[in-house]
Amino acid sequence: MMTTTLPVMMPAMAEIFLAAAGMALLMYGVFTQRDGQSEGTAWGTIVAMLVAAGLVIIYGGPVAGEPAFYGQFATGHFTQFAKVLILVGAAVAVWMSVRYMRAESSNRFEFPVLVLFATIGMLVMVSANDLIALYMGIELQSLSLYVIASIRRDSLRATEAGLKYFVLGAVSSGMLLYACSLIYGFSGTTQFAGLATVLTGEATPLGLIVGLVFLISGLAFKISAVPFHMWTPDVYEGAPTPVTALFAVAPKIAAVCLILRTMMGPFGGLIADWQQVITLISIASMVLGAIAAIQQTNLKRLMAYSSIGHMGFALVGVAAGNQAGAQAVLIYMAIYLFMNVGTFAVILSMRKEGRYVENIADLAGLNKSHPLMALAMLIFMFSMAGIPPLAGFFSKWYVFFAAIEAGLFGLAVIGVLASVVGAFYYIRIIKVMYFDEAEAPLDSKISREMRIIMGFTAVVSLLFFILPAPVVDQAAAAAQTLFTN
Amino acid sequence: MIADWPLLSLVTFLPLVGAALILLTRGDADVVARNARYVALWTSLVTFAVSLLVWGNFDNREAGFQMVEQVDWIASGQIGYKVGVDGISVFFVLLSTLLTPICILSAWDAIKVRVKEYMIAFLVLETLMVGMFCALDILVFYIFFEAVLIPMFLIIGIWGGPRRVYAAFKFFLYTLAGSVLMLVAILTMYFQAGTTDIPTLMQIGLFGADLQTWLWLAFFASFAVKVPMWPVHTWLPDAHVEAPTAGSVILAGVLLKMGGYGFLRFSIPMFPLASAEFAPLVFALSVVAIIYTSLVALAQSDMKKMIAYSSVAHMGFVTIGAFTLTEQGIQGSIFQMLSHGVVSGALFLCVGVIYDRIHSREISDYGGLVSRMPRYALFFMLFMMASVGLPGTSGFVGEFLILMAAFEVSTWLAVLATTGVVLGATYMLWLYRRVIFGVLEKDNLKAILDLSPREIAIFAPLIVLVLWMGIYPAPFLDAMAASVEQLIANYQTALADAGVTVAER
Repeated sequence: MMTTTLPVMMPAMAEIFLAAAGMALLMYGVFTQRDGQSEGTAWGTIVAMLVAAGLVIIYGGPVAGEPAFYGQFATGHFTQFAKVLILVGAAVAVWMSVRYMRAESSNRFEFPVLVLFATIGMLVMVSANDLIALYMGIELQSLSLYVIASIRRDSLRATEAGLKYFVLGAVSSGMLLYACSLIYGFSGTTQFAGLATVLTGEATPLGLIVGLVFLISGLAFKISAVPFHMWTPDVYEGAPTPVTALFAVAPKIAAVCLILRTMMGPFGGLIADWQQVITLISIASMVLGAIAAIQQTNLKRLMAYSSIGHMGFALVGVAAGNQAGAQAVLIYMAIYLFMNVGTFAVILSMRKEGRYVENIADLAGLNKSHPLMALAMLIFMFSMAGIPPLAGFFSKWYVFFAAIEAGLFGLAVIGVLASVVGAFYYIRIIKVMYFDEAEAPLDSKISREMRIIMGFTAVVSLLFFILPAPVVDQAAAAAQTLFTN
Repeated sequence: MIADWPLLSLVTFLPLVGAALILLTRGDADVVARNARYVALWTSLVTFAVSLLVWGNFDNREAGFQMVEQVDWIASGQIGYKVGVDGISVFFVLLSTLLTPICILSAWDAIKVRVKEYMIAFLVLETLMVGMFCALDILVFYIFFEAVLIPMFLIIGIWGGPRRVYAAFKFFLYTLAGSVLMLVAILTMYFQAGTTDIPTLMQIGLFGADLQTWLWLAFFASFAVKVPMWPVHTWLPDAHVEAPTAGSVILAGVLLKMGGYGFLRFSIPMFPLASAEFAPLVFALSVVAIIYTSLVALAQSDMKKMIAYSSVAHMGFVTIGAFTLTEQGIQGSIFQMLSHGVVSGALFLCVGVIYDRIHSREISDYGGLVSRMPRYALFFMLFMMASVGLPGTSGFVGEFLILMAAFEVSTWLAVLATTGVVLGATYMLWLYRRVIFGVLEKDNLKAILDLSPREIAIFAPLIVLVLWMGIYPAPFLDAMAASVEQLIANYQTALADAGVTVAER
């Protein structure tokens, strides 16, 4: 008699719950749909994400023996850390979207549900322990995000952004799939555990190296690292601002963590091969992110280049290829989450006579009209520039320490010099807010949720130095799991 | 007992308490401004009083760090919050706490917009300056060192002159570019030594000769911009001219000293071999700075710019003194920094006094002030003489010690450096003649008022200090002696260990 045993599923409890919640919310949305009322689904999505974060903490920990789903789905401190960041980032993005979508009368119930599905994709990416699971996670995420980018389907800019994102994203997915097939062909396995034993760095077939380069290219597209960054400024600018806030945070964290896991896990033996590629991408991203942002006048485009630069800095930690590097990347992404969410909360609070504005010049004289908001933005900008004692300095401290430990002095020196160039455009925003006089001030009313988000993230960015231990220790524990199995 | 108090942390963070109080004040704009002024003044005065206790508790015979406090912070046993003072740093703490109340008092009437923010910026700045001089952990040091950029950027940019934006950006980016290289060096040292504890890092033979060269250059990039040394001094005249008076005072009085202090605290004790190797480079750059910037100062028509260039020249003496690596030279260099902190601060205040009245810094707009402002003329003369290095003023002691030490190293070095003293006398006396003497013929000067009681209160402590340091410098030199002696002894040991013969140099 044949017996089929169910796979181990408990570690994936959060993803399973989210998928069920997503379908339930879709139903709820369809049956209660009335024009201009999507808030129910939005709040439901936020609650579902927070519950999922709780489930990740409870069930998503390390498992004894084979990982869930016959080794397809890895869990542990690392995935827990990354998933909590992703869920928080996505939930905050949805929270920030509620009022915006209502004001722009583009509140479709599909938006929060799509964010939810994209989030499931991100969680699967982080946990993927097999090339097939990896690809499925990425596709679930990407397809949802393509639609989200053009959620305002009657806006020319949004549809253009969505189309660009889709075409380029499809190309990168193709590269990724080709990479997976090459790697499978030359190693005989798609499982990460199997790859790790096969790939020892000795007598590596050339085809496998080609596959590795394709894989890195496909993943670099997802984190918008140079030279695969072209889509970022257009998509950031064209998409509705809360969507940009989502793009800037959650998918970036997921993709960076995925790169970290694949490079240090299955491809750990090939470090000599991928280190130079990642180093090059990292340098190109830091330098381009710093230089190209100088010219920008639109805040969202500026944030696009800023995020390109930040990804370059995060890749410094990946390039280091050591445990300190993995820890540094996780700390970097945690701090990046706070700084970015806060900055987008400021951008989303910029309104003139009821209309949303997004030019740097609109911030002129903010210090006079909204002293606290200007102070928050000042903190975010100095933090992103990496000026101590703000949080952004510590994220750079850790990645550069990892680079020094790995002997990558050249990378560290180029990195810090790029951060000086980058500082120029961050302090330019401060100059506009504090030194320039306003022609027409922004609307005085700032919604409550934006005040809460701004205040909280600003306090975290400002006072991170007093008690860095929670983040640093968790990241250390998470990084350790990458190197012990 | 007072000695058991965490005095240094108290001095460091007390100003932040005042800043928080100011931040909380609400109400009518005038009331807020007045409250902000008084809270800032009292906070800085109390801080100064506490810092006097630090001096009172300071043991001149002890060469190592005193009043050390240590708290676990980022990585237990590796990176921690640790503060303490020795003979090299203690007076810089006092200089910072002395100049802050003076700055706040000098801005009493001159700053009319955003008074609250201004006072907060100065108090935060005081915390950062004091913290930097006390820090005994190199990461803590770096954080304070860099964070100074934030309030200073805002002070220049918000309350500065017409080209304030340009000056603020230049200041920020120049200093940041210099110090990020130091960050890489700090990370390398942390990786090598496994700790960021400064006393541990000072142990002899921690870093190999090659590594020392690179680390020294990275630190040099940061401190040379801060001092500033030629040719990276160009941010200074812009920043000085555009900054409000109090900003210039702090910039010249304390911020420039951060570079000189850095050389003494890090470059020389931690990289002795590289310091010996690069000393001729420092001498060359300093001599160029002294002669070139003195000549440039001679050609200035803007008073603040002239004093700014004279600062570069005076700091050239400081770097020469530090890298003679003799006891006299280093004592002279510390003394010169203290003296320059008081004197150049006072000179900027002197310019500020007439700028507040006439709103011009052009030398040609003045002349014959002595007949309307006799007290001002007297004060100005005293500070001018101290800047020139007249015996009996503080400027003389430092320059004399440095030139003596320079003479031991090389006759030519001493000769070239001394030309700077002559040139310094030329431009300062000429400035004084054009502004104070001559005939009072300009109409807007005919009604100019002499110093108000507030202004006299600002200048009085500085005058006392200039004369005290000039006539009886022993209390200052004695406090430095033990630490400087140990610095030199360690330097000689390190060189001897590495097989370099010092006498031949």
